[in-house]
Amino acid sequence: MTTTELPFPGLAGVPTTDAPQNRKEYTSDQEVRWCPGCGDYAVLAAVQGFLPELGLRRENIVFVSGIGCSSRFPYYLDTYGMHSIHGRAPAIATGLATAREDLSVWVVTGDGDALSIGGNHLIHALRRNVNLKILLFNNRIYGLTKGQYSPTSEIGKVTKSTPMGSLDQPFNPVSLALGAEATFVARTVDSDRKHLTEVLSAAAAHRGTALVEIYQNCPIFNDGAFDAIKGTPRAGNADGGAADALIPLRHGEPIRFGVPGEDGQGTKGVVRDTETGGVRIVEVTADNQAELLVHDAHADDPTTAFAISRLTDAGYLHRAPVGIFRQVQRPTYDDLARDQVATASQGTDDRNAALANLLGGGDTWTVV
Amino acid sequence: MAKQVKQLDRVIIRFAGDSGDGMQLTGDRFTQETASFGNDLSTLPNFPAEIRAPQGTLPGVSSFQVHFADHDILTPGDRPDVLVAMNPAALKANIGDLPKGATVIVDTHDFNKRNLAKAGYAEDPLETDQLDEYQLHAVDLTGMTVEAVKEFGLSRKNAARAKNMFALGLVSWMYGRPTETTISFLEKRFAKVADIRDANIAAFKAGWNFGETTEAFVVQYEIKPAPMSSGTYRNITGNLALAYGLVAGAVQADLPLFLGSYPITPASDILHELSKHKRFGVITFQAEDEIAGIGAALGASFGGALGVTTTSGPGIALKSETIGLAVMTELPLVVVDVQRGGPSTGLPTKTEQADLLQAMFGRNGESPLPIVAPQSPGDCFDAAVEAIRIAVTYRTPVMLLSDGMLANGSEPWRIPELSELPTIDPAFATEPNHQTGEGKDEFWPYVRDEATLARPWAVPGTAGLEHRIGGLEKGDGHGNISYDPANHDLMVRTRQAKVDRIADALPPLQVDDPSGRARVLVLGWGSTYGPIGAAVRRVRNAGMEVAQAHLRHLNPFPKDLGEVLKRYDAVMVPEMNLGQLSLLLRAKFLVDVVGYNQVNGMPIKAADLAEAVTGLVESTVGTDPGAASGTADRTHQEVSS
Repeated sequence: MTTTELPFPGLAGVPTTDAPQNRKEYTSDQEVRWCPGCGDYAVLAAVQGFLPELGLRRENIVFVSGIGCSSRFPYYLDTYGMHSIHGRAPAIATGLATAREDLSVWVVTGDGDALSIGGNHLIHALRRNVNLKILLFNNRIYGLTKGQYSPTSEIGKVTKSTPMGSLDQPFNPVSLALGAEATFVARTVDSDRKHLTEVLSAAAAHRGTALVEIYQNCPIFNDGAFDAIKGTPRAGNADGGAADALIPLRHGEPIRFGVPGEDGQGTKGVVRDTETGGVRIVEVTADNQAELLVHDAHADDPTTAFAISRLTDAGYLHRAPVGIFRQVQRPTYDDLARDQVATASQGTDDRNAALANLLGGGDTWTVV
Repeated sequence: MAKQVKQLDRVIIRFAGDSGDGMQLTGDRFTQETASFGNDLSTLPNFPAEIRAPQGTLPGVSSFQVHFADHDILTPGDRPDVLVAMNPAALKANIGDLPKGATVIVDTHDFNKRNLAKAGYAEDPLETDQLDEYQLHAVDLTGMTVEAVKEFGLSRKNAARAKNMFALGLVSWMYGRPTETTISFLEKRFAKVADIRDANIAAFKAGWNFGETTEAFVVQYEIKPAPMSSGTYRNITGNLALAYGLVAGAVQADLPLFLGSYPITPASDILHELSKHKRFGVITFQAEDEIAGIGAALGASFGGALGVTTTSGPGIALKSETIGLAVMTELPLVVVDVQRGGPSTGLPTKTEQADLLQAMFGRNGESPLPIVAPQSPGDCFDAAVEAIRIAVTYRTPVMLLSDGMLANGSEPWRIPELSELPTIDPAFATEPNHQTGEGKDEFWPYVRDEATLARPWAVPGTAGLEHRIGGLEKGDGHGNISYDPANHDLMVRTRQAKVDRIADALPPLQVDDPSGRARVLVLGWGSTYGPIGAAVRRVRNAGMEVAQAHLRHLNPFPKDLGEVLKRYDAVMVPEMNLGQLSLLLRAKFLVDVVGYNQVNGMPIKAADLAEAVTGLVESTVGTDPGAASGTADRTHQEVSS
């Protein structure tokens, strides 16, 4: 298969192979050292299962991470990888992706790494639209430093550093990414392998920066943070469990969720709120069915995607839209940067001759 | 009337005006004329950090000093022979630097009550006796400029703006400078605005003709071209030479160059320059901050490009953690620090050498880093190539320590032949380099070259060499995470040994000791090369013996440095800091060097330094050789100018 035949425009330029690949080839010889029950295991398994399906040459895949539990990820994949420093993975990956068109570059980061210490690099990578796939493992806590609140923790979070409760409003990573001019923004959950794989495939297919927020449980320092949306009984969901909590987004389909009604579809839906300009949740009836918002991930204007992202609870998570919020095409920074170099290089076949011309340019004089 | 022509061997001219008066351009043009005439020269631009400080005030004064001669010179000069002052503030701010008898050309146009007051003059100095000791030429340059450009129909304000070209024309006449380069420069620069172009050329010619015809100027001076070794020359600033050196080094290594940078004075010109050279495969990335600049550069290096980041001291502070990552991952990276006055924001447009210890030690852990420093504007080219050679050969970040004086100063530069440049071999890894117990081939990223201790540079895309690196301690050889105490001790020592090994391939330190009998050595680094050389000449001309040496490599030092230091009874180390190289020398060699330290944002003056060197030579020679250094130290440690 040639690169032009690839079903993944995001990976154009990355060499492919016809040889079948398997999970084992993508597994390094390093012992995985996350805590028992950590959500990271599920994501690692999904990625190791999904990468062979891309048909890329394994040596052309690079994982770059920052600091935090999830940032150990590259050590466990037998690809090229760099476990860098706190918050800086998007910056390092930007240089790598810009210098090398033939690489599939992935960033693995967490809520503290991406949104606190590395917030600046994240928003600028998104706005530039560098050809990177960013997996943001959001466990809403600092795990590696043993349990301080994070920039996605709910207000009032009692932790080691906030014995009387945290004071700051959390980020909604999807809203943040949409505000930062991102071209691909999605959310998924560690425990749903099928959805995770679907979203990661779409991210891989996207040319530009793809941000995938992955809700990921930390069984040691923030256990149960996602129980409500996972429908775990102990989370005390009123009725519908996960069905009532997760709002699945599918491009071109009306946004419906909740316990299925007689038609087999969710009994709840999302409509535009003409008063606020946002969106709101309604019980679906025969009267309002036509008003249900049809999800358009390809809309140029991110306003509606942003409005949908606001349906996410900022406090303890009882409700969250999942799926692809936004997926639009825009030229990538790295493609444009390489184009400029290619344009400027036309006619410069001999770098040595060009260098001699450069050094000898300007006003010169000769002493004999 | 017939003009008199006087021969001079050297002249120092300072152009001074308001920061909006175009003094940097004027100085630069005069420099180009002088360079093309064949004089040796050295320049010192000096300007405020504010783009337009309040007009007519002392803080708003911008100046450009050029020293040119019929012989080899080393510095922009201590005291100007000629001052061109475009307003009262420029006169007030600069007159104190002039020796008695110096020529002062003043534009009288702004010598009114308001501007005199702004400059802090209670009365007009042109009408009192306070300038009697100088050769004063009080001329209405602005008025004559406006008159000369009348035909082009410019507004009065735009017409007056050409006054810098009038002044340039006048001074060009005084010193017999060729005018073609300036006229063709103005034609190009203002090609799209015909009236401005014609007005500037007319003002420039009018200034020249004014000198030629007026009786006020009776003497024209001639400074013959300086003998220089054969070759083709151009005038070059340090930042331009440094940018060219980076391109040249990348071409020599056959690597694409990736610059990640955030704008900062006085380093931004390197970013500007490199962004023009994409045809060499140069990618310039203007990052969101200093950290992203170096991060992207390191990412590009991981991908097999030559990563470079450029900044000044405050930027280095921000980049420190990433430099540590580069030390740990052992990837090639060039970090350029164009030093300026510090600490903190300090003096952005002034020069200093106070980042040496930051470069040496400004990271957590044992984090050794090679340091290279240029000694003159043109030498920034060779220093950049050398930094790349070390970075690529030894797989290490390298700090290149330039400074504000080198960055903006200029000198004639002999354009090198490409054959004079070193070849640099990236020697990428292509094969597995280790066999497991079962005989399976593997790639180990931390196996080392026996001679250099460098690790292999295996770039993504190379099949079979997939590996992971990062900031956690690496196991010797295999490179996997290791918390083993003995391994950490070994790796810390190995990283240090690798940097120390660089000295194996360095040439011995060149010591200039003509008679071989000097008992005092003056040792410097960086931009103090010029002032030290000029001071040493003065001391020798006075009949004394003194040796001089200059360090290109600050880490590691040349292998014979300790032995050289011990050959002399006393060693003086002039620096634009409080004694940072002195500290390193004392610590490493237990030699009690004598510091000569000045931290005023300006280059050291040759005359002041000569006096201090003379004092040290006299006291050393006047004592028993065995006891020399101790007494000299007490006498001269606190010398400053």
